[in-house]
Amino acid sequence: MDVIVCVKHVPETAEAEIKIDSTGKAVEKIGLVFDINESDDYALEEAIRIKEKLGGTVTALTVGSGDADSTLRKCLARGADQAIRLTDVKFNGSDSYATAKILHSAIKGLSFDLILTGALASDDGYTMVGPILAELLGIPHATMVKNIEFSDDVVKVNRELEGGVEEIVEVKLPVALSVQTGINEPRYVSILGIKKAMRKEIKVLGLVDIDLSENDVGEAGSWIVIEKMFVPPVEKQTEFIKGTPEEVAAKIAEIIKSRGLM
Amino acid sequence: MLEIFVLTEHRQGQIRDITFEMLTKGRDLAEKAGADLTAVVLGKDVREHAKTLSEYAKKVLLVEDKRLENFNSEVYKKVLSDLINKHKPLLIMIGHTSFGVDLAPSLAAALKLPLASDCINIEFEGATLLITRQMYGGKVNVKATVRKVGCYIVTVRQAAFSVQKLSMNGEIIEKSSSLTEEITSKRFIKYVSPPLSGVDITAADVLVGVGRGIKDESNIPAVEELARSLGGVLACSRPIVDKGWLPNDRQVGTSGKIVKPKLYIALGISGAFQHVLGMKSSDLIIAVNKDPNAPVFNFSDYGVVEDLFKLVSPLKNKICELKGHKI
Repeated sequence: MDVIVCVKHVPETAEAEIKIDSTGKAVEKIGLVFDINESDDYALEEAIRIKEKLGGTVTALTVGSGDADSTLRKCLARGADQAIRLTDVKFNGSDSYATAKILHSAIKGLSFDLILTGALASDDGYTMVGPILAELLGIPHATMVKNIEFSDDVVKVNRELEGGVEEIVEVKLPVALSVQTGINEPRYVSILGIKKAMRKEIKVLGLVDIDLSENDVGEAGSWIVIEKMFVPPVEKQTEFIKGTPEEVAAKIAEIIKSRGLM
Repeated sequence: MLEIFVLTEHRQGQIRDITFEMLTKGRDLAEKAGADLTAVVLGKDVREHAKTLSEYAKKVLLVEDKRLENFNSEVYKKVLSDLINKHKPLLIMIGHTSFGVDLAPSLAAALKLPLASDCINIEFEGATLLITRQMYGGKVNVKATVRKVGCYIVTVRQAAFSVQKLSMNGEIIEKSSSLTEEITSKRFIKYVSPPLSGVDITAADVLVGVGRGIKDESNIPAVEELARSLGGVLACSRPIVDKGWLPNDRQVGTSGKIVKPKLYIALGISGAFQHVLGMKSSDLIIAVNKDPNAPVFNFSDYGVVEDLFKLVSPLKNKICELKGHKI
């Protein structure tokens, strides 16, 4: 089973305070810690597990700047056989459609049985690179995948629906699957593993190396162009409770008691 | 006549709420654009659905085929592409749900139509489509323009729009299915519900919800004790279930449970919409988070900007004291 896993190098923002930068269209990146996108991490782990079980190869791909090498090194350290980074200033401003086109032009010449992506990028949250890539390649797809089973020329996957329900669908190989968080437990990689991965080559491709023109990528090749970024409006006016932890605890306990909840 | 399409989402005999939310917003957009609002329903034996939908739309396009019984993105893509090519609607609205995220991107790519996903607002300024969506887990909103083409696809976030019923008495138009050969690349097998651990968080009056801020599995017992001191139950956001620290039936949110307790205490939960949608109807919400700009504070009655670990133990002690229990 030859697996291609598409990953994205993103800032960790779930617990970080973020600010809008001076362009008013993006967040201030200084001070943020970057790593592999969360659901891509699960996709990577799934790719490695498939290789360990069924044999074959794992190729990791990303569209990003040189900084994304740390994410690709993580893929190599975890067990990917090769890593490809698609980098070009012309790619800046690409939305997920343009990104899918860039990935497509790099992938179409490779041999593969399975493409894995994360279900959602934690930065832009478009939720669409995987299925667009599948359509461009002319292969079927399934999104929100929580379990994968192989039999002959098909995969049986569990898709996560709303309210804790799942559906099982059968899809023919080759297929692109967008993996949901929680599908497995991503392993930790030892320092030694990362050191070894430092010696592996990362192949870098630019616009001239792929079969696309300037108009296909970046803002020109995108569906969506961001005009402005702003702080979300408040739905409920929160009353902030201040003081030492003991004082705050006393106030909260009083509020709970006054509501008759004790 | 210009048209706005709303794709009906239904599962196991039920039209899902997102459909009515989109129809309400769609009607508003159609009025402004001088367009007709058309509900599109694909399925098997869904005439009753068409009747329900006719109250909300000017027209209902009904396509029945046994191969449309259960949602299948490949089959839907084929039938919808044919309808879209024939009607050339101004806008096609699809839910940003497990159903919509499986269908809309490949449909858009196949038809070469631009798609804006997970929209929380949609407006036309002249011929330009402007959408509002969130990024970074709901910490910021963006306003974006969509490439100008005259026919657009959007996926719409759940609960972004409230439902208003009008007696439209729309016309139901039956269309024959354009499916010819069997589509075999993707097959629906069945629905399954993962096994449950036995705790029903929807029945609890008090819930203490924990998120990423809990950092480590070893911190779970302390918050569980806090929940117990209030006679409540411990619940959580998605990452905690993903890590296997709590079973899946403790998960609050779109992919978990929708809860409406009398008190919800959110500890170390940033407040991505997937979670917020599951708890925002609670009577009283108290949130604790280190990040003063965490979106959870936009939905809370009381907020505390603090490291949750500094607060858990004093709060439990204070509650026990007020209840007259020994600490």
